[in-house]
Amino acid sequence: MTVFMVLSTIAILAALGVVLFSSPVRSALCLVFNFFTLAFIYFGLKTELLGITQIVVYTGAIMVLFLFVIMLLNLGGPQTWKERFEFRTVLGFGFGFALAAVIASQVFANFQYFDKPQAPDSFGSPQALGRVLFTHYVWPFEIASILLLIGIVGSIMLAKRKL
Amino acid sequence: MTGNNLADYLTLGLIMFSIGAVGVIVRRNPIVIFMCIELMLNAVNLTFLAFARFTPTTAALADRAESFMSGQMMVVFVMAVAAAEVAVGLGIIMAIYRLRNEIDIDEMNLLKG
Repeated sequence: MTVFMVLSTIAILAALGVVLFSSPVRSALCLVFNFFTLAFIYFGLKTELLGITQIVVYTGAIMVLFLFVIMLLNLGGPQTWKERFEFRTVLGFGFGFALAAVIASQVFANFQYFDKPQAPDSFGSPQALGRVLFTHYVWPFEIASILLLIGIVGSIMLAKRKL
Repeated sequence: MTGNNLADYLTLGLIMFSIGAVGVIVRRNPIVIFMCIELMLNAVNLTFLAFARFTPTTAALADRAESFMSGQMMVVFVMAVAAAEVAVGLGIIMAIYRLRNEIDIDEMNLLKG
């Protein structure tokens, strides 16, 4: 319980840092922290393969892509991005609190008695996940591969100066 | 970490999702807006995994593996779609920067009639 509390506190502080830092590089590093702590929370949920996938895919691939674009566009300095304080900021925070309040008041009363893990401990192992992925979910798996192929072709099309 | 119940994980997911939504509204840098979208996707992934761990299965479905694997499968496909989305979105940001030499989200009015 205390481990979960420490990890979730780090995750929430890192998420706040993503929004509140004015430098995009600091936001990206806060997001890396958040993804790492989420991976450890996934380990606590006994979904080990997805925790490792979280570290490899998010902090290894996606965040490197973000940092690469930030460095490429030379947006690293905070002086290039003066965030104006305006009415939209107040509106955004009010909207966020309202969203959290609505979901918390409507959802949590139904789930407070689910305090025992029901799935077996080995349900996040590579054997279990791979067997289901290649039998019962094989068509969504193939469609996801086609989607990734389209993503590769589309990003090359967008990034090239001249075809 | 055995004493947790489902509501703890849902609370963490809710807080992270709300912070991400606030960031999408408040920030003006489109790269940070993308990061906030990733934050929201991760919050949803956390709730998927928490539900997959905690929801009971009926006795008739307990011997079939896919009855309690669907939450994890959803997370796998969300990760795949997020990777494709980030690649295409950052490509669009690069193209706009090359066209306009700035990426302020308030100045992107190219589609306005």
